[in-house]
Amino acid sequence: MSGMSKIVKTAVNILFPLTMIFGLYVIAHGHLTPGGGFQGGAIVASGCAMIVVAYGSKWVFKQIKEKRLSSFESIGAVGFIAVALLGLVFSTVFFGNFLAGSSLLFGTIPATGSTGADFNTGGVLPLMNFAVGVKVIAGLFVIVLVMAYASSVKEWDT
Amino acid sequence: MIEYIPFIVVATMIFIGLYAVLFRRNLIKIVIGISIIESGVNLFLITLGYREDGVAPIFTSLPPGTTYPAGMVLPVPQALTLTSIVIGVAVLALMLSLVMHIYRKYGTLDVRKIRRLKE
Amino acid sequence: MEKRTIVAVLVFAIVAVFFFFSVFMVHPFGKPGQVNMDDHIIANTQNETGTNNAVTSVVFDYRGFDTLGEATILFAAVAGVLMIFRRVKQ
Repeated sequence: MSGMSKIVKTAVNILFPLTMIFGLYVIAHGHLTPGGGFQGGAIVASGCAMIVVAYGSKWVFKQIKEKRLSSFESIGAVGFIAVALLGLVFSTVFFGNFLAGSSLLFGTIPATGSTGADFNTGGVLPLMNFAVGVKVIAGLFVIVLVMAYASSVKEWDT
Repeated sequence: MIEYIPFIVVATMIFIGLYAVLFRRNLIKIVIGISIIESGVNLFLITLGYREDGVAPIFTSLPPGTTYPAGMVLPVPQALTLTSIVIGVAVLALMLSLVMHIYRKYGTLDVRKIRRLKE
Repeated sequence: MEKRTIVAVLVFAIVAVFFFFSVFMVHPFGKPGQVNMDDHIIANTQNETGTNNAVTSVVFDYRGFDTLGEATILFAAVAGVLMIFRRVKQ
């Protein structure tokens, strides 16, 4: 499979940046609006799957190796656990929210009740959203890419 | 009767999935049945957490006149459903990979033929 | 009739009867039974975690261990898929 026709490729070229921006917006505003790391990661990974459909998995494999993607996934997992361990160091418990209420990054406590969207709130939750987002993007994309490549190859080296 | 309709829908979805798992011979159809059962369970969790005339438990620009906590749906079943959905995607990918491998090895997807040992 | 078919019909009938009666035993739609924990989370999520979104605060703060196990499952699934397809020629 060497990709689909020129019409599909042009449409994907237009739609891909919009999907990326929307997915990254859902990840970044996970503590304010519906969404979060998992949902935004799934959106970005489906945008990448659109690239795989339009251009063919062989072309995508030339651009990025699966080893790099799976190391991105490990980076996301290690970041998530590292933020949780920092809670053990600076707060009292594992997964402690040590940034909420401090004057550091994301430290503001919002007013009770219906409030506007203040991005600088949430403590460690935006950091965890980001780590999980990286993890889900890399994980789902590597699954889709490897399965598409394996189904397009005639002979397996078993 | 009308207040039981979501649960009846959940039970129907689980029946359809169970029928596909028990009576179909094709591995792909069995995987589809497992996926439908999973959707039914997710829907059941969401249904348990609904509160009458509730809005989503998000405080960013609430609709005016909302009382909380009595006017919001329960957040814990929603969070567990989110966990369940991601686990479902991971398990589905693993099952489909195994099915692809079985097809390469045996040349068929019929469970009656796969059950016999090869070589 | 095959033995497998008989067993399948039996299992299907038992589960069907079980579900048919259990549908009418749950509490009605829209009136959840135990709400104390959820009310506490909704009332205190803005003070304790500083987050407007109660679902995200449950996922990452109140029940962080669930998310940790779920991330482990995703990692294991990706490792399994890569292991199954590792012999495919690049």
